[in-house]
Formats: sequence, C-alpha cells, structure tokens
Amino acid sequence: MGGAVLPDGLVAVVKRDCPTCNLVAPVLAELAAGGEALTVYCQDDPSFPPGIEVVDDTDLDVSLSLDLITVPTLLRVEGGAEVDRTEGWSRPAWEKLTGRSPLGDGLPEHRPGCGSLTVDPLVAERLAARSTGLRSRRVELAAAEDEPEAFFERGWTDGLPVVAPTPARVLRMLEGTTRPPDEVVALVPPAFGECTVEKVAVNAVMAGCRPEYLPVVLAAVEAACSDEFNMHGLLCTTWFAGPVVIVNGPVARQIGMNSGVNALGQGNRANATIGRALQLVVRNVGGGRPGEIDRATLGNPGKYTFCFAEDEEGSPWEPLAVERGVPEGTSAVTLFAGYGPHAVADQLSRTPESLARSLAWALEGIFHPKLAFYTDAVLVISPEHARVFREAGWDKARLRAELLGLLTKPGTEMVRGARGCAEGMPESLADADIPKYTPDGLLIVHAGGGAGLFSAVIGGWVRGEIGSTPVTREVKT
Amino acid sequence: MSTESRVFLDPTSELEPVARALAPRPASLEGNVVGLLDISKPRGDVFLDRLETLLGERGVRTLRFRKPTFAKVAPVDLRHEIATKCDVVIEALAD
Repeated sequence: MGGAVLPDGLVAVVKRDCPTCNLVAPVLAELAAGGEALTVYCQDDPSFPPGIEVVDDTDLDVSLSLDLITVPTLLRVEGGAEVDRTEGWSRPAWEKLTGRSPLGDGLPEHRPGCGSLTVDPLVAERLAARSTGLRSRRVELAAAEDEPEAFFERGWTDGLPVVAPTPARVLRMLEGTTRPPDEVVALVPPAFGECTVEKVAVNAVMAGCRPEYLPVVLAAVEAACSDEFNMHGLLCTTWFAGPVVIVNGPVARQIGMNSGVNALGQGNRANATIGRALQLVVRNVGGGRPGEIDRATLGNPGKYTFCFAEDEEGSPWEPLAVERGVPEGTSAVTLFAGYGPHAVADQLSRTPESLARSLAWALEGIFHPKLAFYTDAVLVISPEHARVFREAGWDKARLRAELLGLLTKPGTEMVRGARGCAEGMPESLADADIPKYTPDGLLIVHAGGGAGLFSAVIGGWVRGEIGSTPVTREVKT
Repeated sequence: MSTESRVFLDPTSELEPVARALAPRPASLEGNVVGLLDISKPRGDVFLDRLETLLGERGVRTLRFRKPTFAKVAPVDLRHEIATKCDVVIEALAD
C-alpha cells in the first residue's frame, strides 16, 4: 500500500457490479480513444469495461488510497496529485472535468453511482485490518492446519479451544475502548512483558469476549498486575488460589453480567469470558503456565475463569467497590486472590446472631481451623440470607464486627498440638486471643438467586504484605 | 481473502526469554563461600541451621540470607549482595 502514485491525466475507478459504471462504459471507451491519457481502475473485474485497457485494483490499494466512497469516480491528476473529482455520472460534471463536449450521447443527464467496494462493510473490515497499525506479530497458518489445534500446539490456550484472533476480530474488540492499541496497560509477570491494549484485545478475542467487555478486562489486568495484588507470587504458589474478579457499578448490567441465579457458575458469557481473558493474558503475555512457573499442588477450577458481578440493587448494603473508596455509580473491578467457593447452608436461622454463627463456622475452616490471620476471605451473601440482616438492621460493619468476634479464639485451642492436631499457631501464642481474620481482610458482597438460604465463602491466599492484598480499580472507557 | 483469513495475531509478549547456561559447578567447596538462603517458609531455618553446622565442621565458610517473604521475588539488592559475596548458594525452598 502506502500511497500509490497516480498517473497524470484522467483517472477513473469503476466496478462491474455497478449499473452506473456499466452505463458510463461507452463514455470511458470514448475518452480512451481521445487524445488525453486515461487510466481506468476496476475494483472487481480487470476485464471490465471491455475493449479498453484496465488496471486491476481488486486488491483495492488504489481505491483505498483515494478514499473512495462512490463508483464511478472520475479524477483529474496533475503532477501525481488529484486536482479535480466527480462521483457518479453527471454529464455536465464529466464534460467540465474532461473538457470534452458533448459526452455520453444517448445517456441520461444524471445517474448516481454505487458504493465503492472499499466501503462495503465486509470488505471495509478486512481493509481496516490491513492498515490499522496493529503491531502484533502475524502468524500465518498453512492450509492444512486446523485452527484450534494450531493454537493448542503453540501453548496459547488454557486447555479449552479459543476463538482465532484474526486482525479483523481484534480491531472489532478494540472498538470497545477509547484507549489506543499501543498504550501499555501493565507489565505482566512472570516475564514482565509489556502488555498493550492490543495484546489484551487479542487475548480477549481468544477468550470469547464481546468488545464491550474489553474495558472490564483492561481494569482487571491492571489490578492483577499491581504490586499489592502480587500476581507473580499468586501464580508461583503451590496454593490453590487464582485471581477472582468481582465487578461493581453500571457496567455489570450494561454488558449483561450475571449477579443472580448461578452467579458463581457457568452460562453467562461476560462472567465466563472476562475471567478467562485475564487468565489468558497472564498465560500468554506474562508466560505463566501450569507446570512451569505455576506450581499449584492442586489448583482450582476457577483458574479457567472466576468472575462475577455484585447484585447491588437487591443488596441491603453499599457495594463492595464503594466500600473500598470508588464513588457510587462508578464501575470498578476488585481482584481477590481466591479459590472456592465453599458453601454455607443455614435454612433455619431467622436472627442475625444465629446466622452469623453459621457463617463464622464456615469462615473458620478456611486454610485450616487452627491457622489464623494468614488469609483473607470473601463472603458472598445470598438474597435470602441478606434479608435476615436487612430486617434486623445490621449493616455490613455490624456483621463484620460480629464475625470477627465469633472468629477470635483462645490460643490454647489454636496452638500446635491442641485438639489432637500438630498443625496450628506457634506455642508462644497459647495465652493470647487469636483473631482468624483482620477487618480489612473480610470482604462482603451480595449475589445469588432469590431462592436458597445458602451463602458462600471464597477462601484466599497468604494475605497482606507477604502475599496478596485485594485491589480495586475503576473501569475506564 | 483466503490468505488473510488464515492470519492471526500473536497473543504473547513476543519476548524470547534469555536462556542462561548454568554456572560451572565447583569440584569442591574448599575455599568457596556458601550462601544459605532462607525464603521465609516455616522450618526452612531448621534445614539451613543443620547445613550450616555440617559445612562449618568441614571448614566451609557460610553466610546466611533471608527473603522478606516466600511469596515474592527476592529484592534486587539481596540478589546482588548474594551474587557478590558468595560462590555457591543453597536455597531452602519449602516447608
């Protein structure tokens, strides 16, 4: 491509599949027989118009460089530069541009042209892909290669088939954000490769995202790659956890995320593919692969994808992101290093005190019942459980305080050897009261279907400075 | 068209990790300084204490180092210090 130099004289661009071009074919023959140089380009058939010399522009390079909207287009070129142009058929305009009169005997005075092939929606996308400045290396498959197999072989998938990241699909994905493709989003561990918006888009295509999910994926990548979240350590650990993405704010509903029935389960495209896209970025851009730098003893199925939205509308409490400092009505993601979920059933409690006990017992078992303040947890309260707290007037702070109290145990029960088990806290803590969690390490969100007196605990990893801290980031456009 | 539909964008960072050869193994520890790196996993110190004793009995000089947390890469200063002070490193990886 790159700006074709136009021949001087008259230049016409036509396509066979255009009645007006067929109409003016005799006029072009008339002009070709005249004294002035005429160059005719044809977009779809180099044998059209018959009887005159035609330049093949089926690759549309010339048409694209002329920024054509309509065919036929007739131009006058002087010194390689366009000096005049007319579109469609208009006898006066053609006569004026060519300086020849009369022209087109027997033709109507005017006839509008047809759309240039370069603006045909299907073709335009292909052309855009050719000239977008996408910087990723092009990978060409041989004719006999099967696409999904080729991606498996290259190690680019999570074990499930991926959508092939064609330039056209990546361009469509990039429509989902105003951020330029070459903007660096993050340095992704473990290789700390520069991850551009474009690379996120490539992996989002592979994960099956729609373009409108891209801003959420970008925010998730930023949050995951922050120092506090410590994606590097989370990747390398022998522990189960992986990144869990919790989405708040209007974007969740705009892109159709699930915060209701089966919120932590399968079946919703946005939930499924946003979490998956993040994992593919870590795998492909960061180079974090299981068995290599990912050393998880068992892992967890959430490492394919673990992403859901909070049900803010039905919640008795402020949304998680608001609690964490994001203005109300602003979309945000919160990244939590977690696994799970661990189910809690309580179908009989009708007082908050009683229900809090059930939740505390579930939280007590996370990591190990005798190991404390190593880990954080997310409590996902379902609507039917939330109703108990709502009716009793318990806000989130009250629930958290009650849980922390219930989860503070005498050291004698927690130390190594106590209760007939070698695992536990150091003997030096025998005389202390030991809190299982810290106030900032117990995240509470509201999600789930309207029926079922069940909630869930999502267990964490090593907390704080020595491990991972939950990170919230606003979703930009 | 058929060719273009078979062209895909590379989803990786397109970085080739540098493959570094292992440093030559010393034939013996005589005259070498051995760094003992604790990554802060429980009981790593028990293992390294024992090694320190055994190496000391053989007249090998040892230096002790500790990562702030096993969950993160060793700070660059620590890595530099170990590289400049030691000839050999023994790392206690797990509990």
